[in-house]
Amino acid sequence: MLNTEPNIAAPDDFYEALLSIHQDLTPEQSRVVDARLILLLCNHIGDLGVLRQAMVRARQGIEPAGRDAAIAASA
Amino acid sequence: MHVDYQSLRFEYRRSPDQSASQRAHHPVVVVGAGPVGLATAIDLAQSGQRVLLLDDDHCLSSGSRAICFAKRTLEIFDRLGCGDPMVEKGVTWNLGRIFHRNEPVYSFDLLPEGGHRRPAFVNLQQYYVEGFLLDRARALPGIEIRWGNKVSGVSPSEDGVELTVETPEGEYHIQADYVVAADGARSPIRKALGLESRGRSFRDRFLIADVRMKADFPAERWFWFDPPFHPNESVLLHRQPDGVWRIDFQLGWDADPVAERTPERVIPRLRALLGADAEFELEWVSVYTFSCLRMERFRHGRVIFAGDAAHGVSPFGARGANSGVQDAENIAWKLALVLRGEAPDTLLDSYDAERVAAADENILNSTRSTDFITPKNAASRAFRDATLDLARDCAFARRLVNSGRLSLPCTYHDSPLNTPDAETFAGPLVPGAPAPDAPLVVDGRPDWLLRRLGGEFSLLHFRKAAPAMPETVPPVRLVTVAPGEDAEGMAARRYDARPGTTYLIRPDQHVCARWRRFDPDAVSRALGRATGRA
Repeated sequence: MLNTEPNIAAPDDFYEALLSIHQDLTPEQSRVVDARLILLLCNHIGDLGVLRQAMVRARQGIEPAGRDAAIAASA
Repeated sequence: MHVDYQSLRFEYRRSPDQSASQRAHHPVVVVGAGPVGLATAIDLAQSGQRVLLLDDDHCLSSGSRAICFAKRTLEIFDRLGCGDPMVEKGVTWNLGRIFHRNEPVYSFDLLPEGGHRRPAFVNLQQYYVEGFLLDRARALPGIEIRWGNKVSGVSPSEDGVELTVETPEGEYHIQADYVVAADGARSPIRKALGLESRGRSFRDRFLIADVRMKADFPAERWFWFDPPFHPNESVLLHRQPDGVWRIDFQLGWDADPVAERTPERVIPRLRALLGADAEFELEWVSVYTFSCLRMERFRHGRVIFAGDAAHGVSPFGARGANSGVQDAENIAWKLALVLRGEAPDTLLDSYDAERVAAADENILNSTRSTDFITPKNAASRAFRDATLDLARDCAFARRLVNSGRLSLPCTYHDSPLNTPDAETFAGPLVPGAPAPDAPLVVDGRPDWLLRRLGGEFSLLHFRKAAPAMPETVPPVRLVTVAPGEDAEGMAARRYDARPGTTYLIRPDQHVCARWRRFDPDAVSRALGRATGRA
């Protein structure tokens, strides 16, 4: 079960640390850092049920405005 | 003796069917003499069935094409009587290495435990596989192969299929009880019946360059992400017999498929990998895109689709030809029983259930590999690169690196032919899984468990004394493993066997039922279920 109650003892310290790893980075560089961070944290959590709940919440309210590079095929 | 299978030409010969006053009748017609059609025909013929095999061409595969043949496929080839030449000619390998840029990030051993007759994989050009299958098919009575015979019309009815066959001397008609369409990704039979295979294509292009050269790379699968000699894209290097190497370059969607095939483009790419002084000859060059797709159903009345005709995957994972050969062995024993009147026609529906599930598993794995190798949006690219970066020092990330999850046989978990366990068994083996191999010692000589199973229903019994097997239809062959024969205890371990443990194994060597003791009534009931009669 995804814990959405306060769980970090020093929330302001955490938030500052999170922002500081992005200091002076381009959006592309930030994306690299975020991707690594997400993978590290997901592995730490480990429970796929919890991860899926977090993914659903993260995706909430976003209507797709892009398009994947995959094409319907038939033969 | 070396045979250049690629250059063999098979002549069209007129068949008596073409001048028959009455339409000739064939119990089963297999269309397509590729690996899947040949395997189907051999399997049927081995169980005493007369088979007609039609092929619209006059030769075997041109170009290496499918090159990785998995352990389970080799075990099937053993049962079909042609495993030895495949393994003797093939390059045996178990190890894969993955590089990011210039650094090794991950390696995997596909067969970490001993006690298997066959290796995880051999690499062997498709023309050899077809050639060895063809040699075997020609040695069997009951298989007639007609080259230069193209099926141009298919009229199914309730009790058979009428085929129109085009030849250099005009067309003729035959009547079949059943047709196995193993006629490839563009399946003319699928089109003739107005059926489709659906899925998705990936916006990427790949160059296959098979080269002949003297090189001292080991017999391992090497896969680079973003190497300095081919920046931003991936490269695969894999050894085949006869000093031929498969080199696969990812090119991206914007690459020109015609220009990229020319030696002027291909040779510099190869020099970048192999060095400026490397000496090599181009053996086969192809630029391809790929799709993951399948037909909604593989059985359409008396026409049954197998191999690429029924489903398609990307090449990462060696799941195309391997799954096609598994289709062949799934349909062959069922058709043989139905044609002999030993099982109802509805048994063939289980082919659809089992092999559609297998195709879905292959498509899932293949799609996941492709999503890693060919990121389809900016986020998947970012996660891919992050995974490769972390893999250098974080063990968890190495398990996420996906350059192809290599073909494993499907377990038919939900098959209607399985009898669910009534007793407790430990370990990974479950009803629906292929029977695992194990070394045995029989009369003082080394042997293998799978070799003793053969191609009929088998009752594998772990004990000293053989129980009395009741007479059944179809017959069940009793195979006992005495404790002394399982010298290393591997069979007992892999089957979680104790004295009395009994497995009912299908002709395609998948487990369909098991018990802690031999009970003839339970065997009869499970056999009824496994042959579609219950």
